[in-house]
Amino acid sequence: MHSKNQEPLFHISKRDSLVWYKAMLIRLVALLVALVVCAIISVLMTGENPLSIYQTILYGSFGTTRKLWVTFQNVAMLLCLSLAVTPAFRMRFWNIGAEGQALMGCFASAACMILLKNVFPNWAIILCMVLTSMLAGAIWGGLPAFFKSRWNTNETLFTLMMNYVATQLVAYFCVVWESPKGSGQIGIINPNTELGWLPVIGGQKYMLNVVLVIVLTVLMFIYLNFSKHGYEISVVGESEKTAHYVGIKVERVIIRTMLLSGAMCGIAGLLLVGSTNHTLTTTLVGGRGFTAVMVSWLAKFNPLWMILTSFLLVVLERGAGEISTNFGLNQSFSDILTGIILFFIIGSEFFIAYQIRIRKSSTKEAQTHV
Amino acid sequence: MFDFVSFIPRAVMQGIPLLFGSTGETLTEKSGNLNLGIPGVMYVGGICGVIGAFFYEQSLPSPDAIHAFPAIMIPLCACLLGSLLMGLIYCFLTVTLRANQNVTGLAMTTFGVGIGNFFGGSLIKLSGTAVPSIALSATSSFFHRSLPFAQDLGWFGKIFLSYGFLTYLAIAIALIAAFILRHTRAGLHLRAVGESPTTADAAGINVSRYKYVATCTGSMIAGLGGLYYVMDYASGVWSNNAFGDRGWLAIALVIFTIWRPNVGVLASILFGGLYILHMYIPSGMNLAVKELYKMLPYVVTIIVLILTSMRNKRENQPPQSLGLPYFREER
Repeated sequence: MHSKNQEPLFHISKRDSLVWYKAMLIRLVALLVALVVCAIISVLMTGENPLSIYQTILYGSFGTTRKLWVTFQNVAMLLCLSLAVTPAFRMRFWNIGAEGQALMGCFASAACMILLKNVFPNWAIILCMVLTSMLAGAIWGGLPAFFKSRWNTNETLFTLMMNYVATQLVAYFCVVWESPKGSGQIGIINPNTELGWLPVIGGQKYMLNVVLVIVLTVLMFIYLNFSKHGYEISVVGESEKTAHYVGIKVERVIIRTMLLSGAMCGIAGLLLVGSTNHTLTTTLVGGRGFTAVMVSWLAKFNPLWMILTSFLLVVLERGAGEISTNFGLNQSFSDILTGIILFFIIGSEFFIAYQIRIRKSSTKEAQTHV
Repeated sequence: MFDFVSFIPRAVMQGIPLLFGSTGETLTEKSGNLNLGIPGVMYVGGICGVIGAFFYEQSLPSPDAIHAFPAIMIPLCACLLGSLLMGLIYCFLTVTLRANQNVTGLAMTTFGVGIGNFFGGSLIKLSGTAVPSIALSATSSFFHRSLPFAQDLGWFGKIFLSYGFLTYLAIAIALIAAFILRHTRAGLHLRAVGESPTTADAAGINVSRYKYVATCTGSMIAGLGGLYYVMDYASGVWSNNAFGDRGWLAIALVIFTIWRPNVGVLASILFGGLYILHMYIPSGMNLAVKELYKMLPYVVTIIVLILTSMRNKRENQPPQSLGLPYFREER
């Protein structure tokens, strides 16, 4: 980038702040460029014209009432996990263990459904499911936080490892509770009695999830922006030293926030088992815990923007899924498209945080890379 | 009696992909980049090797016309190229554009696993077989070939000499990486970049270049892990998602070895052993316990992570600026 005796070709400096609509404009441009690149790749793969590909994407997400509700359900789950990781991210605690925390929530709910089915009435089972799933998620999130606050153990690596401990734990119980015997998996739990199944409201199977997550989004927005706890989280995130100085107990904030974060993941697990799938597998969360990290980051940790970003990612994924079935491609095509779009949006953040001044005397064209 | 003679070679074969992955990731992390895209990189490395080998085998007039040199070099180069590209994407985003490393890494994993499964699936379709996998046994036989006299040496040959060349390459790379990190100027500079890029920059070290070179080299080494898995361990059979979560296990191994590739040689074999231990422990008919044994590597890693942070010895800590982007004009 630098040549010895010459003024560098361009100079990068940090922007103070960018008006919000300009920032959005940059992100929008990045998204559009990404969509064009994806279209080119899709055209190369399928030989169709790009418009029909985007039509297929939209059809795949919104085409029929059923597809629409599946999309809503997926958005709700992704959004729930993204909300869960957000308070931790705001204090720069990199919780990438949402996958495991949610899986523990799934596990706890399923355990209640299986073990308590002949003991308690339905309402008590559901109550137990709610409590234990939140507790399980909170424990899974709280452990790394405890060690982080005490001995500054690296939380990124710790939470990452906890995902796989959770996966193997669930794998173990999938065999222990297998039904029918010898299948190695748990079928639909309580299929006849529907014990522990969360109630269906409004005649739509996924309505409950969507409504709950909308409520959680609003609550999280208020918690982060208008409560004392939210303020403490922001201060700890900005500077732990400042937090100490103004008398915030940093250790307590870290543990409290991660307990909350884990418990929210647990709720996502509860919804996955109790309301959507009624079963337990190791892949129930399906990588959403990792996608949630990106959703939260793309929205700049703002719960309301997260509705948009989680929608974007889910629509893309389901749309790409539709492309692959329609044009006879492999399902993983959607992962590639998602990856490309993420790269562009991640890259675009640079142009929001920094500005590039190109050397005046230069005759060369500016190097524009998005 | 525990059957060591058959256990150790299998543990080694499980461990080698992890060793490649962790050596690559250690180099990367020493430059301050926490590349969580390693699982994706390993997938890409594997599939690129498969693509190279597939088209080479297809271009041959008859299966017997295969030559050892191109049969090894084509997949090897394709693998290195593919993983280099992944490394470059990561570096461009995190070093040049200073993006968040965790997010970039996770996106890379999504992307890389997608690439692996997508092209894997497409090749399976191209080859038109009934089973959902591609078998490249001709190419694989070259990767798998061990020393001719290994058979004659009894247990010694079985434990030490029964592997393909990539196994020894993995160990050599790990030892070389350890030497470079600890005993050369370049290694010292690299560690300085990872610990405190500001200080390194002030000392006249080109921070961006070190980060780029270390991360890209790291990616290429990790990619070889994918190649080893397909060509040697799986005998040339690619089936989607077969590689599993070994990429994350490789990242776990980095912590377990407290950022020392030479420790990784034995540690990877230990991890490989833990991974397959359930097959050698008499657990009766209880299949469930096997899943708990698979948990061991992760639990052990967490314990090591906690203990190193508790003992708080300076040389055992993660690189100080791990995960942080560097911008010279900040503060």
